Amino acid sequence: MKRMTVKILFAVLALSLGAFALIGCGKDSDTIKVGFNLELTGDIPKVGEASKFAAEMLKEDINSKGGLEVGGKKYKLEFIYQDNEAKAESAVNAALKLINQDGVVAIVGPNSSKQAIPAGATCNDNQVVMVTPWSTNPDTTKDRPWVFRACFLDPFQGPVAVNFAAKQFGAKTAAVIFDIANDYSKGLAEIFKTEWEKKSGAGTVVGFESHGTKDQDFSAQLTKIIAAKPDFIFIPDDYNQVALIVKQAHDLGYKGPFMGSDAWGSAELMTLCGKDCIGQFFSTHYAAAGAQGATKEFIDRFNAKYKYVPDDVAALTWDATRLVLQAIQGAGKVDKDIKTERKLVRDALANIKEFAGITGNMKFAGTGDPQKCAVVVQISPEGKFEFKESVCPE
Amino acid sequence: MQKHVATIAIFAGIILLVLCAQFHILDQYYISVLMFMGVNVILASSLNLVNGYMGEFSCGHGGFMCVGAYVSSICTVLMFSKNHILGAPLLPPQFAFIGFPLALVAGSAASSVAGLVVAIPSFKTRGDYLAIITLAANYIVISAINNMEIIGGPRGFMGMSATERAMQSMLDIPWVLIFVLLGTVFTVWLLRRFVSSTLGKGVPAICQDEIAAEIMSVDTNRMKLIAFMLSSGLAGLAGGLYAQVLGYVNPQSFDIMRSTEVMVMVYLGGMGSLSGAAIAAILYTVLMEALRFLDVWKWVVIPLLLILLMQFRPEGIMGNKELSDLFPKLRKYYSFK
Repeated sequence: MKRMTVKILFAVLALSLGAFALIGCGKDSDTIKVGFNLELTGDIPKVGEASKFAAEMLKEDINSKGGLEVGGKKYKLEFIYQDNEAKAESAVNAALKLINQDGVVAIVGPNSSKQAIPAGATCNDNQVVMVTPWSTNPDTTKDRPWVFRACFLDPFQGPVAVNFAAKQFGAKTAAVIFDIANDYSKGLAEIFKTEWEKKSGAGTVVGFESHGTKDQDFSAQLTKIIAAKPDFIFIPDDYNQVALIVKQAHDLGYKGPFMGSDAWGSAELMTLCGKDCIGQFFSTHYAAAGAQGATKEFIDRFNAKYKYVPDDVAALTWDATRLVLQAIQGAGKVDKDIKTERKLVRDALANIKEFAGITGNMKFAGTGDPQKCAVVVQISPEGKFEFKESVCPE
Repeated sequence: MQKHVATIAIFAGIILLVLCAQFHILDQYYISVLMFMGVNVILASSLNLVNGYMGEFSCGHGGFMCVGAYVSSICTVLMFSKNHILGAPLLPPQFAFIGFPLALVAGSAASSVAGLVVAIPSFKTRGDYLAIITLAANYIVISAINNMEIIGGPRGFMGMSATERAMQSMLDIPWVLIFVLLGTVFTVWLLRRFVSSTLGKGVPAICQDEIAAEIMSVDTNRMKLIAFMLSSGLAGLAGGLYAQVLGYVNPQSFDIMRSTEVMVMVYLGGMGSLSGAAIAAILYTVLMEALRFLDVWKWVVIPLLLILLMQFRPEGIMGNKELSDLFPKLRKYYSFK
């Protein structure tokens, strides 16, 4: 009996190996396939979900009009979503699966830099276009002609926060609290510190405190910061920690303003933070409240369809996907050979100099990184992110 | 002659896989899955030495993997690619295929030294308390790397792919795949030799009864030291290979989630069964990839499979038996005991 069970187990193992080898195949010449390498499970499932929703909406738009027109012929779009579990090795496997098994023309995602850096290397080595909507780490696109992004970089966002805060709060001194284990948070905190000291003189960052990723209690760091009496506190942190930090700072008697970064811009922020966050400012990719034109149309439709106001990831995925589709159109034809087609798409994408996205106009100057404006938003008493100021690179 | 059939079959298999990769019979995706499979086999079988054969509960395997990954990556990057620490590479690319295995050895050595962090407190504690210590060791490693600016801190460390390119400029064959396969075979061979040796018999003796083992002249402290250092050293080897396959390492890739994943593989395969650990690692990697089409439901199906397995076969796939216990005829075909 026992031995039977083991033999059955082995049979299952052999079968699953066989089934695994057979998955894939199938080709249709009237469709164009675009791959999505997203964080659908793992640490940040909301990010992957927002990306997927935005992409689905765009696909329905185009397919309902008969498809994407390339070189006088309409092609239906097929979007293939692969979950990268928010893990680096899974992102590489997902990218390779999209490239080799699904035969996609280009890939959108991953969003977070931890996955986007290795996946970018894989796509670059295999000569497939990859556009990441949200990864702000410079290494993602550095020396990689096949990798592009749709967002601005941290070295740009840092000075935006510095200049805005100096003007808005009339601040002379600043304090920073950041997550040491989060590359985004740490990088931005350091850029902010250098920029601020360049502007206001050495020693004007009176508090520079770090915390761990899953910390809940920040009173030790905040007590130190508050004792140093800064004119404002800069918090380049994820929204769930921002809520805790702001609340605890108020409990400790801090009355001054806070300044945040684009990671604040989640629909969840106000549910977690409540009235403590009202009136605070942060820099981000786009302002949902008071948006106009195409941006407003996108927000309204997304809201009607999925019942929440899209955050920046959704909007950036929309732009990244449209960027890819424009490049496919720009290629002029759909080549039978997938390798030639990918090369055509990459050349067409590299030729796009200006692109009007819903997160602002982007200019590409020979690299995969766009030059685009950042916006600073203020949190209104109703919990909406209201446009305050737009800051563009010189 | 018959005794060598298994050995010959293994090496023929390696050559076949390498040829498949070389002539693109298997595409990049399968090769990549195969390489992660190899890394997982090394991880699972090395953790099995401590958690299975020795009956301890170590849950910080990811930390040792991290040490190995970083040390060997730093070595290869210093030797063969342009970097911000030393500038130009130290060695010309012709030495890459000697330098790379040496870097792996350095990584393994460093992580076995890190294994001492766990080995020394294990003289006094076992069970739950040792689990907490190993957990702490994992956190110490990750925080230390997060705070080391020179190797990128939380931003991660990259530049390893230059080594692969250097090796390929000498001879264009899938070098990394070859090293992963050889590393896997080496690990299984080494562990098999160790646990069936007279010295290694002390390890299961500790598992059964530590005091009795002590009375029967097993030097338990020394045995634990060897077992922990061997186990963490091999985890370091897995880390070095993992870093090379990925071309990028990041401290968050080696956190408690990674350690848990390896533990799942060990308990899935059966504690104290080397072939069980290897089979479980292969099965786990294949399931992870084969169930991709289920999307989010994958994370319902895989845990459910684990629960069902534990319900109907609580000792894991192999229990504490080896493949040769189930299929005794296999014994004719290999000679190492």
